[in-house]
Amino acid sequence: MSTSTTTPVSASITTTGATGAQSLASVGLHAWFGKRHVLADINLEFPARSVTGLIGPSGCGKSTYIRMLNRMHEFIDGAAMAGTVLLDGEDIYDPGVDPISIRRKVGMVFQKPNPFPAMSIGENVVAGLKLSGMKVPNKNDVIEDCLTRAGLWKEVKDRLKAAGGSLSGGQQQRLCIARALAITPSVLLMDEPCSALDPASTLRIEETIKELASDMTIVIVTHNMQQAARVSDYCAFFLADEHPGLIVENDRTEVIFTNPRDPRTLDYVSGRFG
Amino acid sequence: MTLIATPVDALPTQPWRRSTSSRLHNLGYGLISLGAAGIVTLISPLAGPLGFYLVFVVVRIALIVPLVARDSIAARDQIMAVVITAGFVTAFIPWASIVSTVVREGLEAFHSDYLFTDMKTTSATDALGEGGLLHAIVGSTIILVIASLIAIPLGIVAAVYVTEVKGRLTRFVRLMTMSMSGVPSIVAGLFIYSVVAAEFGFSALAGALALAVLMLPTVSRTAEEVLGLVPLELRQASYALGANQVGTTFKVVLPTVRSGLVTASVLGLARVAGETAPLIFTAFYSASFSASLTGGAIGSLPMYVFQNFKVGTAEAITRAWGGAFVLLVFISSLFVIARLLASRSRKKV
Amino acid sequence: MTVTDNTSVTSTPEPRVLSVRRRGADRVFRGAVTFGGLSTFIVQALIAGFLLYRGAQLFADYGIDFITSEQWINAGDTPENGATYGVAAMLVGTIVTALIAVIVALPFVVGTSLFLEFYAPKRLRSILVSLLDLIAAIPSIVYGLWGYIVLVPQVSGWSKSLNEYLGWFPLFDVPIPIFDRSPLTAGLVLTLMILPIATSVTREVYSQTPRDQLSAAYALGGSRWGAIREVALPYGRSGLVGGMLLGMGRALGETVAVLLTLNLAFDINFRILASAGGNVASLIANNFGEAGPYELKALLAAGFVLFCTTLIVNLIASFIVRGAERKYA
Repeated sequence: MSTSTTTPVSASITTTGATGAQSLASVGLHAWFGKRHVLADINLEFPARSVTGLIGPSGCGKSTYIRMLNRMHEFIDGAAMAGTVLLDGEDIYDPGVDPISIRRKVGMVFQKPNPFPAMSIGENVVAGLKLSGMKVPNKNDVIEDCLTRAGLWKEVKDRLKAAGGSLSGGQQQRLCIARALAITPSVLLMDEPCSALDPASTLRIEETIKELASDMTIVIVTHNMQQAARVSDYCAFFLADEHPGLIVENDRTEVIFTNPRDPRTLDYVSGRFG
Repeated sequence: MTLIATPVDALPTQPWRRSTSSRLHNLGYGLISLGAAGIVTLISPLAGPLGFYLVFVVVRIALIVPLVARDSIAARDQIMAVVITAGFVTAFIPWASIVSTVVREGLEAFHSDYLFTDMKTTSATDALGEGGLLHAIVGSTIILVIASLIAIPLGIVAAVYVTEVKGRLTRFVRLMTMSMSGVPSIVAGLFIYSVVAAEFGFSALAGALALAVLMLPTVSRTAEEVLGLVPLELRQASYALGANQVGTTFKVVLPTVRSGLVTASVLGLARVAGETAPLIFTAFYSASFSASLTGGAIGSLPMYVFQNFKVGTAEAITRAWGGAFVLLVFISSLFVIARLLASRSRKKV
Repeated sequence: MTVTDNTSVTSTPEPRVLSVRRRGADRVFRGAVTFGGLSTFIVQALIAGFLLYRGAQLFADYGIDFITSEQWINAGDTPENGATYGVAAMLVGTIVTALIAVIVALPFVVGTSLFLEFYAPKRLRSILVSLLDLIAAIPSIVYGLWGYIVLVPQVSGWSKSLNEYLGWFPLFDVPIPIFDRSPLTAGLVLTLMILPIATSVTREVYSQTPRDQLSAAYALGGSRWGAIREVALPYGRSGLVGGMLLGMGRALGETVAVLLTLNLAFDINFRILASAGGNVASLIANNFGEAGPYELKALLAAGFVLFCTTLIVNLIASFIVRGAERKYA
C-alpha cells in the first residue's frame, strides 16, 4: 500500500464483481467544522475485501474521517470538506449523486449500540430495508441470514419478537451489525464498535469481522492496538498534534507493528503515548 | 519533526448544498401549482383564498407523484415535506387572521380621547368618537397589581421549597403545582365568588384574588426552572462561609436569579391579563371610572370587550375590537419585556 | 514508633448516622417555605371544598340525577316551583366540543411540531417558537370575538355544504337549516386555542429524540421522512398523547370562547352542525347574572363537577408524560 501521495490512484482500484465488495479511496480529503481545520490531505486506499484499521490517539479526526466515507459528515452544522472519496472509482460527492444511495452501499456500525427500541429484534434487522426502500422476496430469510453472519442467530432465533433493547450490550452490537448487513453494503465502516463492550463480546465481534471480510471491504476505527493487530490487513496511523489530522504512516499491519518507518508510529504502537 | 510528505492545502466547500438547478426545479413546481390553483379557482365553485391555497397544495403534491415509480423513498420524502410544511402554514392562517382583524377593526375604535375617557355617559349607539376605555385600563391595572402582590411572592416561595428546602413533600408539591395550572379559569372565579363575593359583593380585590389563583402555578413553575439553573457550587460556597439556609437563599441564590424571577412574574401576568371568566363572578363590570379596591364592581379590559360584545350594536362591536387591540398590545409588550430580560440575564451568566 | 497492622481489623464499623437539627431562623424559614409550597395544594383543596359545600344541596336533592339528567329549567328557581337542574346536556357538550378540538388539532400538532423540529431552518426556528408562545397567550375573549365575527360565517358556509353532501350521516344532520354557532364552530375555535400548548409540549419531546438513533436511520439509507417515521414518531408518541390531553384539559374548561360561538341549548346534542349545544363553563357564565339563590347553588355544583373532570384529565396527562420521560431517561 502506498504512502501519502498526491497523485490520484483511481487507475489502480478495481471492483470485484461477483460478491459485490467494492474498493474505496479518499483523495486529498480535508474536513472543517466551521473555521476549524480538522483533517488535512488524507489519501488512503481500501482495496476490495480488505480490512483496514484506523488507529491513532483520540481526537485526531478518525471518526470524522470515517463519516466522510458514507456522507454522514454533512449532517453536522458548519461542516465543510475538500477533496474526493471514490467508491469503485466514482466520486461519491459528485453533485449528481444522491447521498442516500451512497449510504446503501457503504454501511456503518456505531460505537454505542443503537438498535431501535420501538422495534422487535426481527424488525430491527430489516429496518434498513424499510428505510431504504429495498424489496426482498422473503424477509425471514434475510433475518436469519444476517443474524447468522453477525453471530447472533442461535441466541435469538426463538425470540425474534422480543424488543430490540432487551439484549445485552454485545448482543445489541451484533444486532446492529446484522441490521447493517441486511441492506447488502459493499463496504462496512465500523467506528470503535467494541469500545463499549466486554472482552468476550469483543472477541466474538472480531471473529465476525474476519468472516465478513470475504464479502466486503471493512474499515474499522479502533483505539485498541491489539485489536487492530488481530483483525486488520492494513493500518493507517492518524495524528493531530497541533495540526489538523494527518496520516503519518499507512502500510500492512505487520509492518506498522514490527517495523514502522516513522518514529511517532513506533512510539504510539509501543504505548508511549495515546 | 518533519512529516513524510507536506499536506496539500485546499479550501473548504459544501458540495451537498442544494444546487441552483435543484432550487430552480422546486421553484418551477411551485409556480406551476400557483398557476393551476389560479385557473381552478376562477372556473370552479372552489373560490376564495382558502380554495386557492387548497388547490395549490394538492397540485404541488400531484407533481411529485410521478416520482413514485422511479424512487418511491425520495417521492414519499418530498410529499411528506410538502404536507408537513402545508400543515404548518395552515395552522398559522387563523392566527394571522386574528391578529390582522384585531388591528384593523380595533384601530377604528380609536380617537384622540379613547384612552382617557370612560363609558359612563356614552350609550351603546353613540358614535365612535364618544367614550373610551380609561376605566377598563385603570381597573385592569389595579386588579393585576394586587394579583401580582399575592401570587408572585407565594409562587417564588413554592419554588424555593422545591429547589432549596427539598423536603419530603417535594414531589407532591410539584404535582400539585402542575395540576393547579390546569384549573379552569371559571372555576377560580366561582371559588372566589363563593368565598368572597357572595358575602361582600363584587370588588377589585375579589377579581385580584381570582387571578392570583391562576397566576400562582405559572409563576411557581417558571421560578422553579430558573432557580434550578443556579449551580450547586454557589450554594455550597455560601454554606462553607458559615451562612445558614435563610441567608444563603435570600442573599445568594435569589439575587442571582433576580431577572429570571422577574421573567417568571411577567409571564404569569401575561397569562392572566386577558382572563374574562374569573372576573364575571368577582369584579364584574362597571362603565365608570373607579379606582377603589373594595368599593363594588370595577371595569377591566377583558370585561370591557365582553360587555360591548353583549350589547351588540355596530359601534359596541367596534369598541370591543378596540379593547381587544389594547389587550393584545399589552400582552405582547409583556412578552417582549420577558424576552429582553431573559436574553440580558443570559449574557450576564 | 509502632506500625499499625491493618490485617488485624476484623470488622467494618457501621456508618455514623448524621442528623441535622435546624436552629432558629432556619426552622422558621423551612416551616414558612413548606407552608408556601403547600399553598397550591391548599388552594385546590379549598376550591373543591367550597364549591362542594355551597353546591351540596343540589347533590342532596338530586343525587346522581344532577349529572345524568339533561334539563336545566330555572323558571321558578326552586324545584318546588317547577325548576329542574341537570348538567348532562352540558357535560355531553363539553366532551363533544373538546373532542372536536382534539381530533382536528392532532394532525396540525404533529405537523407543526415536526416542521419546527425537523424542517424549519435553524434561524427561523427560535423565532417561530417564541411566536408560538406569544400565540398561546392570546386571551380567550379575543378568540371568542374573532370566532363570532369571522369564523361563524365561514363555518356556516362549510357546514351548509357538508350537510348537503353528507347530511345522511347522523353526525352531520340538522333539525333546521341554521348552521351558525354550532358545536363545530366552538370546536374549531378550541382547536386554535389548544394548538399552541400541545405543540410546544410535543415539539419539546421531539427535540429530545436520541441523536444516535436518528444517525443509525440515516446510515441505513433512510430519508428525512424515513428517519422521522421510524425513530422520532415512536419516540414521541407518549409525549404527543400527554400534550393532547393537556390541550383537552384546557378545552374542557373554556368559557367565553365557547359562550360566544355556540348557541346555548339544553338538549343532549351530537349533531355538530346544528346550532345548539353548550359546555358546562358557558352554562355557568351565561346563567350567573340572573340566577336566583337556588340556581346559584346549582351553578356552583356544576362548577364542582367541572373542577373534578379537568383535574382527572390533567392528572392522567401528567402521569402519561411523566411515564414517557422515565421510560427514556
